[in-house]
Amino acid sequence: MKLSLGPLLYFWSFDEIKQFYQSMTEAPVDIIYLGETVCSKRRSLNFEQWLSLAHEIKDAAPDKEIVLSTLSLIEAESELKTLRHYCDNGDFLVEANDMAAVQLLSHHEIPFTIGPTINTYNAQALAIMQKQGLQRWTMPVELSKHTLSGILADLDRLGIKDDIETEIFSYGHMPLALSARCFTARAHNLPKDQCDLKCIDYPDGLQVKSQEDESLFTLNGIQTLSGLRYDLYNELAEMQAIGVDIIRLSPRSKNMLDIIHAYRQKLNQVPDQADNPYQIEDNCNGYWYGEPGMIQTNSATHSA
Amino acid sequence: MIELVCPAGNFPALKEAVNNGADAVYIGFKDDTNARHFAGLNFNEKILPKAIDYAHQRDCKVFVAINTYPQPEGWLRWQKAVDMAADLGVNALIMADIGILDYAMNKHPQVSRHLSVQGSATSYESLRYYQQNFGIKRAVLPRVLSVSQVAHLATQSPVELEVFGFGSLCIMAEGRCHLSSYVTGESPNTCGACSPAKSVRWEKTPNGLESRLNNVLIDRYDDNENAGYPTLCKGRFSIGKNTFHVLEEPTSLNTIAILPELDSIGIKAIKIEGRQRSPAYTQQVTHVWRQAIDAYYKDPEHYTPQEQWLNALNKVSEGSQTTLGAYSRPWQ
Repeated sequence: MKLSLGPLLYFWSFDEIKQFYQSMTEAPVDIIYLGETVCSKRRSLNFEQWLSLAHEIKDAAPDKEIVLSTLSLIEAESELKTLRHYCDNGDFLVEANDMAAVQLLSHHEIPFTIGPTINTYNAQALAIMQKQGLQRWTMPVELSKHTLSGILADLDRLGIKDDIETEIFSYGHMPLALSARCFTARAHNLPKDQCDLKCIDYPDGLQVKSQEDESLFTLNGIQTLSGLRYDLYNELAEMQAIGVDIIRLSPRSKNMLDIIHAYRQKLNQVPDQADNPYQIEDNCNGYWYGEPGMIQTNSATHSA
Repeated sequence: MIELVCPAGNFPALKEAVNNGADAVYIGFKDDTNARHFAGLNFNEKILPKAIDYAHQRDCKVFVAINTYPQPEGWLRWQKAVDMAADLGVNALIMADIGILDYAMNKHPQVSRHLSVQGSATSYESLRYYQQNFGIKRAVLPRVLSVSQVAHLATQSPVELEVFGFGSLCIMAEGRCHLSSYVTGESPNTCGACSPAKSVRWEKTPNGLESRLNNVLIDRYDDNENAGYPTLCKGRFSIGKNTFHVLEEPTSLNTIAILPELDSIGIKAIKIEGRQRSPAYTQQVTHVWRQAIDAYYKDPEHYTPQEQWLNALNKVSEGSQTTLGAYSRPWQ
């Protein structure tokens, strides 16, 4: 299985982004997704700068695959315009995160991948997109290993299992919802148009808890993420057995390299049963087991 | 003339919609193939033909929502739902999953295909995808768009557009929200359920009346507060020391004031939300909207929403107050 570094979901400064990806050049990941996927007002890097960053990483680490990732909720004409630049970049594969991108890419017969916010819940949907140029899909986060097995079996029956790579969002706060509204601005009593780009103050999002202090969600502008971090570290062997091709790790502001190394080591040592070295209290894995997403299930009880 | 599309969760509601002037009713089957999969709601194979006859005899169209996303084990059931609706002669199928859209197009090309709001098409490029690949005739737009965005879309859209006019307000882009499954295991996309009733628990405590969803505290009410259904996005949560409606306060959408605008930008149909509501709700809302639309076409220049319409609608609104939602974007 390959390791991928998903697109940065949060709003960081130009310097922070450059520094982060500089450190990723040497990290043991096979694929790096680059681009703004959440809010078109975030312009630490514009399209040309993302593209040149892609070239920089590719030059420094030619064995890494670079994919350009695109906006998840496309409403405005200006957003379509930017999207067209991404789709027409000519050098790198593009990840569609809204059906508008699927249209632009498929219509122009440009190969593409789809991120977890494209609704693909069955093999029939994947087969349609495969004919249109889909090369890889990232499963929607709310689906389970049971559903995944079924989809892969169906793809096999349709004779296209080897034509589509399967990627699983495996580590990080999960993207759960998109809205036209900005919840970070709302938390600051600001209208969306005058948000002061408050997201920059929350490099890993803004924590929402219940009135009983239970972690519920993470606000990230117009996106709502899970309150807990998804972590399928202990499920890697299982994912490999099912036929997953790529493990996606979602960027965080601190200790990202540690997480990548931990996953890499675990991948190299399968079936080593070592405990997750960075395991902390705020993780969850419920979706993988067909449970509520926020549940943390002991994998041993499930595999028994 | 703009078409009035009304919700029917059961036969009595369907009759109310038809008798009060709906141009079309939309319904679903009694399972998770539709986005209002609630206990005691919807139509089975026996009732459905009667309901369709009732509507058709009175010149009212019937749309069937098969608008959730089938997973491998459900695929045949979703297919069967499409076949059954098509064989019974419904006027349109409302769908979101591209696999199901493709199946319906190939198997029953004569039945109109509408893109469900759950398909989350928020741009004309997205609409083109569904039109070019699955020949959709109409799309229901998500409630996240502003009127100017809807207007811009309408000038470029390859298909008819239907927008929400009244009912509960979804603040997330429909079809792209997993909040419910994160907490309860069931979501609109997978099960046709959001914050499902079976996960709800109410409890009177010394701290006040508490509503819980799968044991997670959603809200706590003082004696003088009106308690609302614990939909996840409408809960009162905490950020730091502040406790407030972090995502949205419970309100309802009401666009009756901008009916002329919706007509002038070329909107083809207005959809009323609420298949989960009572026949009395369907009766009330259909009645008011029929009056409003008729009044508008009779004298477009002098159209103004009447006090009695607004009062009637406010009475059946969630949170007892209505807004224009994303159409006006006060939060923009």
